[in-house]
Amino acid sequence: MSEKGTGSAYFLEERKDATERHTFSILVDNEPGVLARIASLFSGRGYNIESLTVSETDEERRLSRFTVVTTGTPMVLQQIRNQLDRLVPVHSVTDLTTSGQPIERELALVKVAGKGEKRIEALRLAEIFRASVVDTSTEHFVFEITGKSSKIEQFIAIMRELGLVEVSRTGIAAMARGSQGL
Amino acid sequence: MQCAFLLKKGYPMARTMTGAEMVIKVLADQGVEFVFGYPGGAVLPIYDEIFQQEKVKHVLVRQEGGAVHAAEGYARSTGKVGVVLVTSGPGATNAVTGLTDALMDSIPVVCLTGQVPTHLIGNDAFQECDTIGITRPCTKHNWLVKDVNDLARVLHEAFYIAKSGRPGPVVVDIPKDVQFATGTYVTPSNTAIAHKSYRPKLKGDQPLIQRAVELMASARKPIFYTGGGVINSGPKASQLLRELVRQTGFPITSTLMGLGAYPASDKQWLGMLGMHGTYEANMAMHDCDLLINIGARFDDRITGRTDAFSPGSRKVHIDIDPSSINKNIKVDVPIVGDCAYVLEDMIRAWRGLASSPEKSALKGWWKQIDQWRAVNCLKYKASSDVIMPQYALERLQAHIKDRDTYISTEVGQHQMWAAQFLKFDEPNRWLTSGGLGTMGYGLPAAIGAQIAHPKSLVIDVAGDASILMNIQEMSTAVQYRLPVKIFILNNQYMGMVRQWQQLLHGNRYSESYTEALPDFVKLAEAYGGVGMRCDHPADLDDAIKAMLAVKDKPVIFDCRVAALANCFPMIPSGKAHNQMLLGEDVSAEEIDKAIGKEGKVLV
Repeated sequence: MSEKGTGSAYFLEERKDATERHTFSILVDNEPGVLARIASLFSGRGYNIESLTVSETDEERRLSRFTVVTTGTPMVLQQIRNQLDRLVPVHSVTDLTTSGQPIERELALVKVAGKGEKRIEALRLAEIFRASVVDTSTEHFVFEITGKSSKIEQFIAIMRELGLVEVSRTGIAAMARGSQGL
Repeated sequence: MQCAFLLKKGYPMARTMTGAEMVIKVLADQGVEFVFGYPGGAVLPIYDEIFQQEKVKHVLVRQEGGAVHAAEGYARSTGKVGVVLVTSGPGATNAVTGLTDALMDSIPVVCLTGQVPTHLIGNDAFQECDTIGITRPCTKHNWLVKDVNDLARVLHEAFYIAKSGRPGPVVVDIPKDVQFATGTYVTPSNTAIAHKSYRPKLKGDQPLIQRAVELMASARKPIFYTGGGVINSGPKASQLLRELVRQTGFPITSTLMGLGAYPASDKQWLGMLGMHGTYEANMAMHDCDLLINIGARFDDRITGRTDAFSPGSRKVHIDIDPSSINKNIKVDVPIVGDCAYVLEDMIRAWRGLASSPEKSALKGWWKQIDQWRAVNCLKYKASSDVIMPQYALERLQAHIKDRDTYISTEVGQHQMWAAQFLKFDEPNRWLTSGGLGTMGYGLPAAIGAQIAHPKSLVIDVAGDASILMNIQEMSTAVQYRLPVKIFILNNQYMGMVRQWQQLLHGNRYSESYTEALPDFVKLAEAYGGVGMRCDHPADLDDAIKAMLAVKDKPVIFDCRVAALANCFPMIPSGKAHNQMLLGEDVSAEEIDKAIGKEGKVLV
């Protein structure tokens, strides 16, 4: 038995399980402080947040829908789900990743400044990525692009060489495939 | 027309009143008899209402922290919700420790806090703090009420949330202008059915219960490991637990929080388990082939090293909180439900087994357990010159065993000794800070219990360091003529800190010796209570008798005990259940060997 990594009475043993990346949909009452409740649960218990988005999705019942992308071991992911579920304003927690690959989309605004060849190249590439121009002058473009995070990241990487000024991203909105709702 | 519609829908009769009136009305409608609190600017309208009625009695503490612990003691000893009323700012921040304590130990508490008027919120007003922000992680839920018309509904909901499912503390923050404003009162509706998102699952899944019972029927080395959840579930759960344990003939152990759910005087009882649990309980946990966890949470003080915890067993876990299951220890049969419901179904399933299991199959297991018991792990070196702390508690137990007694404790060595040497045969009799380990819990908790049970004997087993953390509550006890007995095992050290420094830090007693302790006898007298001192084993019995005879006022009993006694058995840091250090004969060398380098760096 080695002296290191044997765990103890006080710390959870180091688990060797591989971490996975999962997307959760959380339906909550749209009441003051609910974002803080969800966010502080993650920080207080040491869980990761890779992306978090929220907006009211059911005006009549005043429900908001969170989409949270997080990583953890299967045991931690189950904990995250259970811990979220016991918050009082939470109606349901769904792990979209366990029930098949969910649809995940993101929107980004990408500002690119430049002149001459670079400017033309930026516009040409934007067309390839189906990004649309939402603001422009003779010296800049603001592109709006939607899609998977990987596509957006690729677009941003390319724009870096062509005069990227700034980026604003929404984070992921997601839902399960198929005819069923939450 | 509209009114008829509302009534038909089950909506209650509406009445108009001020927010402050509503607070009192809700308390009365919820059956609250006592509120523990401390007034201040932001709750004056509510205190004005308290003054003008007699239904709800107010107990004035001396610091808000004491109010929450008193409410916890009241709640734990009655099974009802404890209620706290404090002002904004420092009133609320002082309550934070108690709220966290109640959260960790699942104690139902409704804490009402005053807040500065809504138009001043966010302005850094006098005695303003972000109470909701500060208490969010230390409550089960909390609310800021900005509209008086929401107040009654929120308060009723607060009671529902505090006591249902896994109980816990809640905070309702009420700005002063809302207390003055006039609005519509609603009586408690059936919140349980009506609540839109919080409806805890009470009944366990039948197939899982059946699976658990089948495992029980075929087990050869089974053990019940029960916790505070059984007590929180109510007296019926304890009753059912006893029935199931007797029917099965299995041994049973419990966590610190679960003491009393099963009678300590019974032959199937192995004593408490965990870091300072008995040898037989820990060895049985380690060697069992089936572990049935009922309302406990595999806390780190229980499991020791998780990767060496009960390695050869199948594990059943019954808990009302799904997040407690598979958190620390992976289990084979997870059952989400209230202990009483699940126990009832388990008993039915056990009776319904095709062939009733032979109790004789457990003979070998019991023989093994008897061998462990024969180790007599709680033995200690007696002394005729100095009072050993264990001896003091043995004598205390002898004097209280036939009495109607509630015991609270502070936190430290005395707490563990009390758990080991005092015997609890009924639930709700043992009030201690388990999860958070809050020094200063015991005296206010004893006050809360004594308020609830004025004719019973209430004893706070204390340490000389812990008692000073909320000593101001002596004044409360005197005011309400509460005959709380404060039994201090005075060794002039923060005993548990000193013990760890001895075992883990080369005897360097850094800041764990209290150089200037007060004269506890004079201190008691200064508050208007009774002070007593005993420093010789020969005088102890008479002194305890004298302490128990005191009526109508609190007693501080300064029991001077051996200064350097250690609390054993002990599972050292980073070790498994079968690597316990046993009592009196442990040498420094053995300790050094037992606690590896790894262990020394751990808390």
